[in-house]
Amino acid sequence: MGKTTIPEEELMHPGHIACLGCGGGLAMRYMLKALGRRTIVSVPACCWAIMHGKHPSFALDVPLVNTAFEVTGASISGIRAALDAKGIKDVNVVGFAGDGGTVDIGIQALSGAVERNTDIFYVMYDNEAYMNTGIQRSGATPEGAWTTTTPVGTTGDWKKGPKKNMVEIMVAHDIPYTATVNVAFPEDFVKKIAKGKDIVGPKFYHAFAPCPTGWRHPPEHMVKIAKMAVDSNLFPLFEVEKGKYRITRKPKKKIPVKDYLRLQGRFRHLPEDVIEKIQRGADRNWELLLRKEEFTADF
Amino acid sequence: MKKRWDPKSYKDLPYTPIMDRPTTHNKTGVWRTFRPIIDYEKCTKCYICWKFCPDAAIIIVEEEDRKVEIDYDHCKGCAVCAEECPVKCIKMERER
Repeated sequence: MGKTTIPEEELMHPGHIACLGCGGGLAMRYMLKALGRRTIVSVPACCWAIMHGKHPSFALDVPLVNTAFEVTGASISGIRAALDAKGIKDVNVVGFAGDGGTVDIGIQALSGAVERNTDIFYVMYDNEAYMNTGIQRSGATPEGAWTTTTPVGTTGDWKKGPKKNMVEIMVAHDIPYTATVNVAFPEDFVKKIAKGKDIVGPKFYHAFAPCPTGWRHPPEHMVKIAKMAVDSNLFPLFEVEKGKYRITRKPKKKIPVKDYLRLQGRFRHLPEDVIEKIQRGADRNWELLLRKEEFTADF
Repeated sequence: MKKRWDPKSYKDLPYTPIMDRPTTHNKTGVWRTFRPIIDYEKCTKCYICWKFCPDAAIIIVEEEDRKVEIDYDHCKGCAVCAEECPVKCIKMERER
């Protein structure tokens, strides 16, 4: 008799209108599995705002609030305040926003919410561009990527400069729990979210969610690419608990970032020297993370 | 079958939009180009396909010894299950 490694209860209905092989859909599924039925989700304008389809249908078995782009942090603060006023303690309040709605547009509301030390979860599912509106560049787009607003063409006009480091921004707010999660590692994903249930105060999760449509790769490679992002150290899995770093997965066999980049059409144009630059950046960040873990070990 | 709700005037409307039916009525199976077919001889019931299905369209059938079954009404044919299966017992066949 087989056993499953993550909770079996399904709170997301099939039939939502996400694209084939959507990482964001998987992220929502795992998050609800970890948190259970007593959850309220607030979703700003992002892919998840349209995945329920047209008006009278719902894709989740939990209450969901659709809010404006910039107010996810404010709306979850409000929901928590209302629950406190009614004396309800056992409900998890979650803000589930895309990367554009977090790192660019929603950052001030989120910053305010975590600064007030509201007891909330915030999950940012990172598909590295504004995918819902048609692949426009966001602050979370990695260096070298093609998007519709950084069309490579003949001039080499791809996204310049590195990706905004949202986890470090949240760590700088000195919040109780920050973690990176990845859809290719569901057990780790569910464990980290469930861990947040025992922590009072804001919890921030950076979830890596590949988007086959925007990243220009076949949908069946979705999980494979998410795994490669961790194994090439471009997206390390770690958690920061009250300033103490802990790396939750150290790749046994490191793969070069070139293997990860070559699977995706959005990096097809990159010349060798830019790939080397990305490799150096990844190595540097990994080294930095190892040092941070060592430095904060006895906090 | 639930009777369809039919408001007669604005007074019958609720204060806030109410969602009353799950997306399961949305038959996303018609999007599919390739159909996944499970070879039950080779399946080891590791549930990795169930775990990675972005549409929750793989179901565990409790009655039949907890075997996995594909919900063809909602499977979009993304082939993540076929790619991730460790024993390669799911094959993708073109829809006719």
